[in-house]
Amino acid sequence: MTAVQTAPTSAPGGAPGPGGGRTGIPMARLTVVELRKLADTRSGLWLLIVIGLAAAGTAVIMLAAAPDDQQTFQELLSFGLFPAAVLLPVLGILSMTSEWSQRTALTTFTLTPARGRVVVAKLFAAVLIAVATTAAAAVLSAAANLIAIGTGGDGSWHIDAALVGQLLVNQVVFVLMGSAFGALLMNSPLAIVLYLVIPTLWSVLGEMVRWLHTAAGWLDINLTSTPLSEPGMTGEQWARFGVAVLVWVALPLLLGTVRVLRREVT
Amino acid sequence: MITVEHLSKRYGSHPAVDDVSFTCEPGTVTGFLGPNGAGKSTTMRMICGLTPPTAGSATIDGQPYRRLGNPGRRIGVLLDASAQHAGRTGREVLTLAALTMGVERRAVEDSLEKVGLNSTAAKRRVKAYSLGMRQRLGLAHAMLGDPGILILDEPANGLDPEGIYWMRGLLRDFADRGGTVLLSSHLLREVEAVADKLVVIGGGRIVAQGGKDELLAASGTVVRALDMAALEVVLQRTGLPGTPTTDGGVVVQAEAETIGRAAADAGLVLLELRPAGSGGLEQMFLTLTAGDSVKEAVR
Repeated sequence: MTAVQTAPTSAPGGAPGPGGGRTGIPMARLTVVELRKLADTRSGLWLLIVIGLAAAGTAVIMLAAAPDDQQTFQELLSFGLFPAAVLLPVLGILSMTSEWSQRTALTTFTLTPARGRVVVAKLFAAVLIAVATTAAAAVLSAAANLIAIGTGGDGSWHIDAALVGQLLVNQVVFVLMGSAFGALLMNSPLAIVLYLVIPTLWSVLGEMVRWLHTAAGWLDINLTSTPLSEPGMTGEQWARFGVAVLVWVALPLLLGTVRVLRREVT
Repeated sequence: MITVEHLSKRYGSHPAVDDVSFTCEPGTVTGFLGPNGAGKSTTMRMICGLTPPTAGSATIDGQPYRRLGNPGRRIGVLLDASAQHAGRTGREVLTLAALTMGVERRAVEDSLEKVGLNSTAAKRRVKAYSLGMRQRLGLAHAMLGDPGILILDEPANGLDPEGIYWMRGLLRDFADRGGTVLLSSHLLREVEAVADKLVVIGGGRIVAQGGKDELLAASGTVVRALDMAALEVVLQRTGLPGTPTTDGGVVVQAEAETIGRAAADAGLVLLELRPAGSGGLEQMFLTLTAGDSVKEAVR
């Protein structure tokens, strides 16, 4: 019997397509992938659901317990963003750490060897999710304000334009701080615990130890970010907050990125 | 085409990979053989830019891996089937890769079908996958971008015999259509059936490489005599030391004629005299790498 060699139908790798060849993967595509990765696992999805439920919870508390004159859109939004400010950074942490704890770094960095671009895409995704969360909280607060009007609350729609910016900055900075801690520590539980404990410990020390008090005024991220939730933040308060951001966000992010770029993927 | 040149990796004073060079040509399957801890995975990770080499270089079609803009379209990689997020579904894993590489979403369904993961399996989370299913998902992932080159680290692990047979067919077909395959294993039999070329590594060094037929031909002659003790004496006297096989024969690195004449001169009755074939290669593989396995076990 003679084996007949059939002509190959198509050579592997012969298909020309967009994104083939030497051109890198566009940043927009990487960002979409990283955004999708934030919500396509149970942990990520539930974090987002819990943030939504907690935001709704704050609105209920405000409507039920706050004095009538505090039931305004501005107050509802400031309070409604509190759960996101606490939980969204955890999503930022997991975005960085899960690559190592779930070992997906192996496929992520095989498909995108330019690791710095993956880190940047993760930061873009974190910022976008913070903006989206703030927008969603605004919609929720508007709905709550309508109810407040119906139930005899103040229901004022006035909101300080600068405060909107401050609230947004607050969300973005804390989610980036989470990402920075995640990139630096590369371990989910460790990063979450240290993210929550170290700044708080520093706040407590700043309160208790007299000679640390002045330093804490500039280096305590919890303390210096408090004015962000209230209208009328001054230039000096921005300066103090900026210094704290350098120490708590920029520095760990820089060190974390270097670590991600250099670490051997196994 | 994969080109590996003088690749070395040291961890502290321990050389994990030591001066490894080989090439994988289009249209061939290269079997990368060695015991556990021989340096196979480290070499593959260095080829893929995941581990920085201490010395040497590796290129894909003449370019370092890290310089390939969108490597998924040129080279499919499966280094560890278990390295997937346990909470993602099989389809989601492939969808993320398709989005990254910029291939059509239809390709996800096609590749799921190609590796035999049905829609029920694709909907399940990777956590619930058996190792065999993870290997199939990993193969689907590697072939998703329609690459011309495949690098697979122990892809047969966890596959049942039917799955191993299927995978061989898949890789053979891929190479026959002009693709390049680098496939590692610690089992000679596993790669022997599909590889055209073998690269054998032990203790971080290449101990043998070449065409499979060439290596099989050079693997010596099996000889068995009625009086094995007498045969041993004859072999020693003629300067042809052999290594005993497990079934009572001896593998000698010499032509059948040479051994036959020596036996005839001594008046010995031979029961068997044939090329060692894969049995001999296995013997060589064991001899060359045995020391390293022991070292690994002790380390």
